[in-house]
Amino acid sequence: MSNAKAKPAMSLEKAQKARRKFLHSVGLTVTFASIPLLGFVPLADSARPLRLRPPGALNEADLLASCIKCGQCVQVCPVQAIVLGDIDDGFGIGVPHIDARAQACDFSCDAVQCILACPTGALVYDKPDFLNIRDGALLAAAPILKAKENDAEPTLNLKERIGVARLARPESCLAVLGQGFKGQTRGPGFPGKMRYMAVDRWTPIPVRDHPYDLELCDLCVRECPVKAAIELRPVKDAEGVERMTPTVLEPCIGCGVCEMVCPTEPAAIVIDPQAVWKA
Amino acid sequence: MSRFTDQFMEMLGAAPKKPEKVSEKVQRIMFLKYEDKESFLKAKENAHAGRAASHKWRNIRWATLIATNLLFVVSFYFDIQVLEGALTASRFVGFHLIDLNSALQVLLAHKHVIVNLFIGTATVFVLWLLLGGRTFCSWVCPYHLVAEWAEALHLKLVEKKIVTDHQFLRGARTVFWILFALMALVTGYTVFETMSPTGILSRALIYGPSLALGWVILLLLFEIFWSRRAWCRYVCPIGLTYGVVGSISPLRIVYDVEKCFHEGDCRKVCLVPHILEVTIKGRAAEDKLALGPDCTRCGLCVDTCPTGALRYEVKGLAKLL
Repeated sequence: MSNAKAKPAMSLEKAQKARRKFLHSVGLTVTFASIPLLGFVPLADSARPLRLRPPGALNEADLLASCIKCGQCVQVCPVQAIVLGDIDDGFGIGVPHIDARAQACDFSCDAVQCILACPTGALVYDKPDFLNIRDGALLAAAPILKAKENDAEPTLNLKERIGVARLARPESCLAVLGQGFKGQTRGPGFPGKMRYMAVDRWTPIPVRDHPYDLELCDLCVRECPVKAAIELRPVKDAEGVERMTPTVLEPCIGCGVCEMVCPTEPAAIVIDPQAVWKA
Repeated sequence: MSRFTDQFMEMLGAAPKKPEKVSEKVQRIMFLKYEDKESFLKAKENAHAGRAASHKWRNIRWATLIATNLLFVVSFYFDIQVLEGALTASRFVGFHLIDLNSALQVLLAHKHVIVNLFIGTATVFVLWLLLGGRTFCSWVCPYHLVAEWAEALHLKLVEKKIVTDHQFLRGARTVFWILFALMALVTGYTVFETMSPTGILSRALIYGPSLALGWVILLLLFEIFWSRRAWCRYVCPIGLTYGVVGSISPLRIVYDVEKCFHEGDCRKVCLVPHILEVTIKGRAAEDKLALGPDCTRCGLCVDTCPTGALRYEVKGLAKLL
């Protein structure tokens, strides 16, 4: 507008007040613009364990950028495996992850519904070309769901794994020790759920309602939802004794069911989130 | 500059302008209104007569705000799939709805838009274009409601002279809007979402309490003890985003200078009182004026005005009917 008109002279008090207001406003801006940048801290913390992301999740940085933090994936999951990050996740606030030991993804939705629900392409069936696929993340073949093995279309629409299972504590693994398992895995108070085809194809039930009686514990192999992703193999230990050992194979997606059902405490088999397959 | 531009600049932080020219009609109205003191007082008394203080619009608005947020909660809790998701993005009976500011953050951080994101964003854009832009703030945003309660507390403390309101420059919000956009673009993260009380509260309602609520409480304490409605007035980029949409919305509040006795009650209750400076004696250039785009269409001024000078209007609707 016109600068020709001279401004009326301000009283000293008024000028001081305006100056104070300006400085306060600068202070407010600096403070409130810095606060959300604290979201970098958890990301930069290398000691912080990686999160297991839902199936179809983009690579971590892309996921955090593209996720709109709405939780629609949470809402469609039949076993409520997906939970949202809190403010201590920094920029990962509101971003979905799976705590496999508490509730793994058992693919009982058959169609990876969380991907279907995602409005922003943070979870995808097929990555767009410009997004990178990490070496070893790509599954060699479409995973075959044991539950659908006899269906016309037995595969899961999933291209990449979300992690890889690993026998972290062979010394406590019941199979390695040659022991059986009887009763409720994880005990009577465990709220985790799973779909048991023999019980009900469409409704997952609490794991505690499905007790076992096994000569040799093979829960991780038995309950793995994916075909040929894990098997018990005789493996020679340090003393040369052959022991039946859970062996993770290439089709492993990293869904975490093995970690959830493992009866030892802590779990003998765990998921390495965001890990890739190394032959 | 046109009145539209002036009001838009006011929203960005410019001081409201005094009119350079007042229409003849307004001059006549003002002349008649103030012709002699006795008749002015009598007219004012008449205008006040039969108008009890009302909370009509506030109550309707609170009910709408609570119902909308509860619809998210019950949709998930009872799995009825009416309104799935949270305020950042959702599906209303299957149709994508995406919050404009969240969409902007994702767009700038991820630098890629998929079809669903575009559809949802366009739907919400049209929705709030029809409904008034910042209507989102006062009629839907859950933080607005708790901030209104904090504001009531703040005003009580001010009245008792325990605290004073520290005002900031309104232009700070424009700076924040640019900063948050730049941060998303440069870092590749949706930086603002980390502190957005709208997203945090919406998710906490639907998915259960979170540590992040601690941040919302800090914000409310800041507003109670330091600065009235500071977040909505000086910081929130969501408000500015919807304000831009509202600048071309047909739903607005209209001021009728003829019915106004320039008592100033409306400005005392308003979240954005700069838009009501037209109600100051001599500031209105036309006899009927729509309030600026920063208006959240909350209706507090409509409820408060003792003489009925402020009311809701849908542009062109009266002509159509």
